[in-house]
Amino acid sequence: MTQANQGSQIYDVIVVGAGAGGGTTTHVLASMGMKVALLEAGPELDPAKEFKEHKWPHDYDHRGAEEGGASYFGEGKPFGFFSTTSGGWELPGEPYTVGQGSEFRWFRSRIVGGRTNHYGRMSFRFSQLDFKAYDRDGLGGNWPISYDDIAPYYDKAEKFIGVVGTVEGIPSAPDGVFHESPPPRAHEILIRESGKKLGIPFIANRRAVITHAINGRPACHYCGQCGRGCLTGSNYASSQVEIFPALKTGNVTLITMAMAREVLTDGNGKAAGVVYIDKNTRTEKRVRGRAVVVAASACESARLLLNSKSKVFPNGLANGSGLVGRYLMDTVGFGLSGTVPALEGLRRYNTDGAGGAHLYAPWWDWDGHDRLGFPRGYHIEIGGGFGMPGVGSYHGAARRYGFGKEMKQRIREEYGTSVGFAGRGEMIPNHLSYCEIDPDVVDQWGIPVLKFHFQWSDYEWKQARHMEQTFTDIIEGMGGKVRGLANAERERNGISIPGTIIHEVGTARMGTSPRDSVLNSYCQAHEVKNLFVSDGASFVSNPDKNPTLTINALAWRASEYLAEEMKKGNV
Amino acid sequence: MSDTSSFVKIGDLSRRDVLRQIALALTAAGAMSPAAAQEVHRHTQEERKQTGKYTPKFFKPQEYQTISWLAELIVPADGQSGSAVDAGAPEFIDLLCSQNEKLGHIYSGGLLWLDARMRQQHSVWFLEASQEQQVALLNELVEAERALAAKDTSFDPNFVYRQFRDYGVDTRTDLTPGVVFFDWIRKMTVDAYYTSPIGIKDLGYVGNTAVSKYEVPQDILNDAMRRSPFGPA
Repeated sequence: MTQANQGSQIYDVIVVGAGAGGGTTTHVLASMGMKVALLEAGPELDPAKEFKEHKWPHDYDHRGAEEGGASYFGEGKPFGFFSTTSGGWELPGEPYTVGQGSEFRWFRSRIVGGRTNHYGRMSFRFSQLDFKAYDRDGLGGNWPISYDDIAPYYDKAEKFIGVVGTVEGIPSAPDGVFHESPPPRAHEILIRESGKKLGIPFIANRRAVITHAINGRPACHYCGQCGRGCLTGSNYASSQVEIFPALKTGNVTLITMAMAREVLTDGNGKAAGVVYIDKNTRTEKRVRGRAVVVAASACESARLLLNSKSKVFPNGLANGSGLVGRYLMDTVGFGLSGTVPALEGLRRYNTDGAGGAHLYAPWWDWDGHDRLGFPRGYHIEIGGGFGMPGVGSYHGAARRYGFGKEMKQRIREEYGTSVGFAGRGEMIPNHLSYCEIDPDVVDQWGIPVLKFHFQWSDYEWKQARHMEQTFTDIIEGMGGKVRGLANAERERNGISIPGTIIHEVGTARMGTSPRDSVLNSYCQAHEVKNLFVSDGASFVSNPDKNPTLTINALAWRASEYLAEEMKKGNV
Repeated sequence: MSDTSSFVKIGDLSRRDVLRQIALALTAAGAMSPAAAQEVHRHTQEERKQTGKYTPKFFKPQEYQTISWLAELIVPADGQSGSAVDAGAPEFIDLLCSQNEKLGHIYSGGLLWLDARMRQQHSVWFLEASQEQQVALLNELVEAERALAAKDTSFDPNFVYRQFRDYGVDTRTDLTPGVVFFDWIRKMTVDAYYTSPIGIKDLGYVGNTAVSKYEVPQDILNDAMRRSPFGPA
């Protein structure tokens, strides 16, 4: 790979971070002929080496429990041995701290493609209800854009990355440009029927998977193993779909193992380059550019800006408002499962499908808030089917049934009868949830680390209880038995631990005024015209929709704007 | 008790070379054709060769015999499929114990506890006892486990293990060390069994293939609806 010829070349744009935002930015700018330096804090990705697609547990002596049975001790890979995750909740030598009384967990991937290599690929458009939710309930803030501003970029992003789905006309879930959806499976049909009785519409899921070939990527071959990475590139990962092709244009210089420390500014207060630590040599290097796009993930981007202090920007770059790191949000998560007798004894069939659920329920009760007692809403993700057996799949059943022939028979009978539900809901931003620089701690690269503060409010707890009741109703409505939570358990597991849904956004929010926002509606810093933040940091709110597709769309829009402004000489 | 090993391993080198060749055929975009994808599946699904009799790396011969017999009791053969021993559970447990001192201590301590308990009860080692006596002891552990779980919803064998490891005496029941050990060998036996080709066939998992179109058989959908509270579709 070409190394940055530091010092001499001035790139058109420096992009920090090779995830969803950085990948999209690199793709759009490179295809317009701009010279891009792409900095990634981790190594390159080699799908052939990294991905464990099609492997069986018995292809490995440890069956997926990892060497020495690490997974039994909670020391294995965060999402299991077969997942293509690189990174985790803790990275050696790269700590973060959490304020007293708070709980927060931060998942970081350090690799080309970032978390898009393994993410769930749920791809839901935000709706006009989401962009202007403040107008309805007075909570949080409105976005400076409306649905019409972003819709053309949702179109572009969806056409390029590919998303399955169906046109439904539901106001909370705007339709997109869809590939044909895979059909629902038996457990999903029953869930849909149960939902119908409760007025909850289960529609075709919207995931970044292609079911016909585009851009040289063949259609999905339905092995259901998206989380392991896809060797055929039939789902979206910014590495395979955006960055590898962009490298072929010759316009992109990828600099891996580059841990950005600071965005440099010139005498005029404009961004001039990025200082990074080359992890291989543990030396400081710098790369120069006419514009800088920060897309290191919301919190990492906030950290970079806060650490970029200068005479002109004593509180950190573009932080005149003091809002960098503020309004940190995650998604409200809650899960419940049950067993369904109607699924017992079904003829075995291949339920792998396109990976993940084939149906989901978008938020359905957007006018019910007087009755609901909590603001905003959530969507429902579902699971079930005859999945590939893995390490840990039957620990619960074994404990229930003891041992011997009876246990074996019960596990056989119960196989494929479980259904699982996960709520993903909107959190209202609050002043107790933010990240800041911890003045006392640096990581192994000498860079000051983040300190997190986070609190769920009553809004989120009430929403999670509504999820619990709804999932109970759905399971019982299909004749199933809920594996419920004991009261003591609810206190502990009644709502997801902050950060663990890995939808952290909002640390450099966009807005119309430099007083109460960091960025304008194009993800451009109010105070630094050639500085953009193109990850989830710009989010004003965190609707129940998973953030990646909106990061793709906003990054696309910001990139086109940046290119135009540069052409006009405004940047 | 079966003594033959069917510990499954990745196929021979030449097969791996084929896979590597396929992997090399990837374009820079990381994409390969559906035909190539199917080829990967075909190769990874081919029958694995047995590697012959397994020599334990961690357990002493008598320990290994006890582990094997416990695995046989936990997932026995029945009319439909083989046992956890046929599926390679003892080899799996031995290998992981040989790689992890912490895990090794759980097993060596647990086996000695089990022998001591059987000596107390019937003046014989676990392996020397009758199958009836062995099953009775395991049932005693399962009942104690259920009682613990019912009494204390926060009961977690992994947590109790920490006290066990530190030679702390758990006051809730003198069976707790046995409950904790049995949970370990049971979960690892079950894992080894259901992740083996025998276990996968037993459950009837038929996926991990490449297909050009995904379809759900209509008769299965009808069947599910007919059994459900919603009635026939």
